[in-house]
Formats: sequence, C-alpha cells, structure tokens
Amino acid sequence: MFEKALKGNTNYWIWLAILGVFMAIGGMCYVYQYNTGLGTTGMGRDISWGVYISQFTFLVGVAAGGVMLVLPYYIHNFKAFGRITILGEFLAIAALIMCLMFIIADLGQPIRALNVLLYPTPHSMLFWDMIVLNGYLFLNIICGWVILTAERKGVKPPKWVYIFVYISIPFAISIHTVTAMLYCGLPGRHFWLSAIIAPRFLASAFAAGPALIVFVALILKRVANFDAGKEALNKMVTIILYAAIINVFFVGLEFFVGYYSNIPGHMHTLEYLFFGLEHHGHVYNKLVPFMWAFVILCIAGITLLAIPYTRKENEFTLGLGCLMLFISLWLDKGIGFVLGGFVPNPLHEIVEYSPSLNEIMITIGVWCTGFFILTILYKIAVGVEHEIEH
Amino acid sequence: MIYNSGKIYTGLAIFVLFITFPIWYNHFDASGADQLKKELQKPTVSKECVAPAAEMKASHMKLLNQWRDEVLRDGDREFNVPVEGKMYQKSLQKTCMKCHTSKKKFCDVCHEYASVTPYCWDCHLAPVE
Amino acid sequence: MDKNRRNFLKVAGISTLAGLGAPAIVDRVISGKAGADVFASGGNGGHHEAEAPTHNEPAHKEEKSGTRYGLVIDTRKFHANPELGEKCVHACNQMHNIPQFPEGSKNEIKWIWLTNYENAFPEHSQQFRDKYTEDNKVLVTCNHCENPPCVRACPTKATYKSKDGITMMDFHRCIGCRFCMAACPYGARSFNWLEPKTVLPNPTNPDYPRRMRGVVEKCNFCSDRLVLGEQPACVAATGNSGAMIFGNLNDPNSEIRKVLKENFTIQRKPSLGTNPSVFYIV
Repeated sequence: MFEKALKGNTNYWIWLAILGVFMAIGGMCYVYQYNTGLGTTGMGRDISWGVYISQFTFLVGVAAGGVMLVLPYYIHNFKAFGRITILGEFLAIAALIMCLMFIIADLGQPIRALNVLLYPTPHSMLFWDMIVLNGYLFLNIICGWVILTAERKGVKPPKWVYIFVYISIPFAISIHTVTAMLYCGLPGRHFWLSAIIAPRFLASAFAAGPALIVFVALILKRVANFDAGKEALNKMVTIILYAAIINVFFVGLEFFVGYYSNIPGHMHTLEYLFFGLEHHGHVYNKLVPFMWAFVILCIAGITLLAIPYTRKENEFTLGLGCLMLFISLWLDKGIGFVLGGFVPNPLHEIVEYSPSLNEIMITIGVWCTGFFILTILYKIAVGVEHEIEH
Repeated sequence: MIYNSGKIYTGLAIFVLFITFPIWYNHFDASGADQLKKELQKPTVSKECVAPAAEMKASHMKLLNQWRDEVLRDGDREFNVPVEGKMYQKSLQKTCMKCHTSKKKFCDVCHEYASVTPYCWDCHLAPVE
Repeated sequence: MDKNRRNFLKVAGISTLAGLGAPAIVDRVISGKAGADVFASGGNGGHHEAEAPTHNEPAHKEEKSGTRYGLVIDTRKFHANPELGEKCVHACNQMHNIPQFPEGSKNEIKWIWLTNYENAFPEHSQQFRDKYTEDNKVLVTCNHCENPPCVRACPTKATYKSKDGITMMDFHRCIGCRFCMAACPYGARSFNWLEPKTVLPNPTNPDYPRRMRGVVEKCNFCSDRLVLGEQPACVAATGNSGAMIFGNLNDPNSEIRKVLKENFTIQRKPSLGTNPSVFYIV
C-alpha cells in the first residue's frame, strides 16, 4: 500500500519537502550534539530533563489519545468511527516514533540504549515504559496495517487481528499511566508526588490526541477530499470536551491542595509556574507567560468547542478550537509539568532553564519527522479510502 | 533492450564505487598487516601475564568485562590475581597498564589493525608516554 | 503476492529467527543459571534494598548483619575551622579527577560540596535562627540511602547498592537517561554534559580513572580506598580533627555508632523514608 504515498499533487510534495528541510537541519544539529555531548543543550545539573523529555511526555499522551477512537468502535460498536479509527492508529504510530526519537536524543550514551533490554530491571518505571511504548507501537502497526489491507481488498479483517485490537486498548491506557508513574513515584519532587498525575495525564491525553485528529481530519477534507463524517467529528468533539474539562478540574484540584494546605512542597512549583517565585531578591518567572497562555487557550478552546454554533456549523472555528486546545495542553504538559518539577531543586535553590538553539532545532526536527511519517501514513489511508469508494 | 538504461547504469556505477570503497579509499594498500609484524612492546615487569599469551590474545576483552563485573558488582577488590608469584588487583589501570606501559606500542598496534576502538581509555588512564 | 513466494518468505523468516535465537536459548538452558554467561548482568552483588523503617519503629531493632558504611559529619568542627570544609571538597576533587566547571554553571560536577544550612535542611524551620546556624556551612554529598530512590529508578541497574551498603555507580552500563538525577531527593548526582577532558586535560590522580561524557556520577564513599584500609578522601582530609567519622553502622562497637549514641544527630529529609547513611551533628 506504500505506493499510495508515492503519488501526490504539488502541495503534497512541497509539504514533505519543507518537513524534510527541517528534518535535515535537526539531523545535523543532532550530529553536533552527539559529538560534543548534551552540554550543547540548555539542560544542567539542576534541570536534568528539558525539552526532549517534556515533548516525549506530551507525545505519549497524543499516542494514547488514539484509543478514544478504537474503544467506541470496536467495543461499543459505534459505527460512525469506522472510517477514522485508522487515523487514530496511524497517529499513534507517528507519535510513538517521535517519542522514541526524543528519548534517543536525550540519552547521554545512546549506543548503550539496548542495556535497558539486556539488563531488565522490573523495579524501574523506565523499563516498563520501554516495554509498553514499543508494545503499543507494534500493536498499532499490526492492527492499522492489517485492517487497512483488509478494507482495501474488500474483505473482513482476519479474526486474529481483533485480539491485538482488544489488547491495544489497555495498552493505550498503560502507556500513559506508566509514563505518569515515572514522575509520580519520585519522593524528592513534591510537584510530581501526587496520585492525580496519572489521571491528569490520561485526561489531557484524551483531549489532545483526538483534538489533533479532528484538526487534521478537517485539513484532510480540504486537501485530500476525505470526509470523516459529521457524526464522527461531533462525537469526537464531545469526548475532547469532557476530557479537557476534567483536565481543568484536575489542575484546579492541584491548586487547591497546594494553596489550601499551604505546604511549600506542593505550592512553590505552582507559584513558580503561574506567578513567579521570589528568592533572594531575584524573581524567577520565565515560564509564567507560557502557563497563562495555557489557561487562556484552554478556556478559549473549550468555549469554542462547547458552543453549538462554533462546534457544528463553522468548520473554521471547530478547527481553531481544536488547535487552541492542543497547543494549550502542550503548554501544560510539555512545558509546565516537566520543567516545573525541577524548580525548586532538592536543595531549594532555583535554577531556570531555557533550551539552546541546537536543542530547539533538534526538537523541531523530530516533530517534523513525526509529521512526515503522519503525512505518509495518512496519504496511504486516504488513498485506500478513495480506492474502495470507487 | 534495457528500459531506463541511463538510470540503471548510473545506479550500478554508484553501487560498485560504494561497495569497493574500502579498497580504493585506502589507495589499494592493504599493508596494515605490516603493523603487526612490528614488535609488540614487551611487558616491562613480568615475563608472564594473568593467563597464557594465546588465551589473552583471544579473550582479554572477556576477561576485562568479567573483572569489571566482579570488582563493581561483587565488590571484589582483593589482591587475588597471581602473576609470577605476586598478587594483583583486578584492574586495567592498576595492574595491566603497570606492566604494559605503552598504550601506543602495545594496545593500539593490534586495535588499529583490527579497526576496533574500545572505549576503555575514555576513562581508565593510560600511563603518560 | 504469489502464494508460493509468500510461503517461502514465511518459512525463511521463521527459520532465520529460530536460527538466531536458538544458540542463545540452548546456551542458557545448558549453562543452567543465567549468571554463567560472562556478559550476564554482572555478579550477585546487586543491590540490597532493606525495608524502610518507619518513624514509628522502636529503637530496639535487631542488629543487622553485614556491613553498612555510614558517615557522621560534625558541623561544629567545620564551623570552628572554616578551611576544613574546602579541604575536604578539594581532596575529593583531586582524588577522583573531577572536572572543575565554573561554580554554579549548568555543567558543574560536584560529588561533595559546602552549602548553606537552609539548603542542606530545607525541611527544617528557618525562622528566627541563631547566629551560628545562619552562618553554618554544611557539607553535603550522596547520602548512600538504605532505601535509595535512585536505585529504584535506574532502568539498567547501573546504579545499585553494593554488599557493604554503598550506593555504587557502574559507568560502563549507564545510558545517561538521568532518571536517577530526577529521583534523588538530595541533588547529589551530576551528569557529564560535556567531555571531561575539555576542562581537565591532565588528570589530577593517575591512579583513578576519569569518567566519559554522557554518564552520571556521584560520591561512592571511595570504595576503592576502603579495601586498602584507607578512609574516604574527604574523611582523610579532616585529619585528626574528628570532623568526619566514617565506619560500619551495622557494627554496634564501631566508633561511628559510639558517636551516634553520644550526640544528637539529624539527617536530610528523613520524612521521605530513604533512610540515609549520613548523619549530621549541628
């Protein structure tokens, strides 16, 4: 079916070329980082995880979001999702490949990455993360490919693939739960030491993933003549809306626990993120604009998706709402959550972080690689859909 | 009649160049073997090594890995490696390199010929030459 | 695809997988336990994770067997002799070829260092402190916890507890994921963001290796010196002042146990249940 990706109009090739340029730049920047060391990034002794791991954390959520299409269709027989589960599965593949690339980019000794397999360590959450991430990638490749092939041939998918489909559902929940467990089991980081981290991750994942799918589905309608269907899109928006509201509720709970108990551990990081922390005469507030952007975009996105007119009648506002929500959740998880956990550091000193240019270009390179893969996969899916329609 | 003969012949030419890269890149000179004929530096302290020379040649890497695990994981830093009656610790830097004092004239000679780059000396210090 | 070709590919693929996997499986089965393989995960030194004693457990626990190294730092003696702390830091840096990046820079590597009282013990009250505590500079380092979160976090067992209670690093296995740095509640770990050779072209101690870039490092209680009967470098640097006492916490007759019995000591962040092996007389 790959031949479907080899024929496209000019816009398709221009889009891939632009992505390719950024991928190449990112690649060159990575070579520089590989040869010099991670000192080329903005990370340091006190902020030992930066943009790479924060993107990884966010993208695991996006990958998990695909389950919100699979679950209603395969378990609850919601037929309207039939044409678009493939979009969720292919998004999961692209997102997971991005996750793995970010992890490799972040490792100090990437060629030793196989040590995680050679010396299995069940008490380490990173070990389980490696297992469930790769497992889910494998599951999505199998399910997506086999079912799409079956659709193309006009036959029902073979019975055995449904086992993998059903397994992929708890796997989707597990990838983001395990990723959350990386953070919420560390005794030294009070901002992360909360039982609500895993539910929060899942809520924002189930909003962000489908939001991206809706946005891309609207684009596909314009450029690829692929209509996901109004019923499917409406249902997805409902799911996105509930998930986003639950996420806001959870964030609110975090604020309550921190500020009402007044215990510094829970409070200080929230204060740093949203209001800035004053310490020895210096005010640390680099992330404050990002966090308020998260709040504003989140509220705006939820509003646009909640109002019937902007949700149902106007595709522009629907797409805009989804995009705003996606970006706001990226700010929340990708910037606020991971980077905030390191402030203040375990000795209650404050060190701020800004990514270096090299780091940013590698990050953009990986994102573009993900979108490259997503474009190719969606081209194949759309190509097959068009083929069977005729 | 070969279709697309232009592309095929170009592709073939590039492939042949690529596959014979090691030969023409080294100027058709396979004289790396001459290096081995040079004298390997003789050990400076003892006449014998931890194990017979042939065994060391074949598996010194395995031995070093074993030593590493025994020292680090089992905590065995005792002086229990006999060489010509004296007892040594299991250590590349403190035992092996005290006798094979020249990394360039001993270790590198074979490693360069075999084109391996062990990362031991990224950390373990070789004696100053 | 042609059916015969498809079948051929299926058979070929499975045979390849079997061919690749069979020797490894046979090898393991024949050699019995997996440890027989030289490249196995390395000895059974492993890490021992003792149960974390809660605050409520009474003091009359049974004495543990085996060694558990610990350290008592008498901050009074360091306060009396302000240069002593720097001597300890310097001794450690010299002994272990620690590359000296500018202090406070993001690439800094420090195994033991002096910090303010409020940074060493942030969970203690900082209100209305006496002058002594305000000026007090405290030596902080890895606490070699009995229940270390870093060991729990490491995905490759590159950091582990040795048989004598030291939280060790295996630089050969570390993949540089820095999960242990996120897990450590004491900020004791440093990462080699750059090649150490760039800042330290000539090692300060030819008898001790360096580290490569891309691995995490921290205090290891000078485990290589202990077998020679020597004290850790920092303890040795304090000479006869008794500012640092190092010994076996599991030996009820050791000097360190005597000091602990006779002096009131505190630990860093005891409420986290990590059970540190470093005690402070403040």
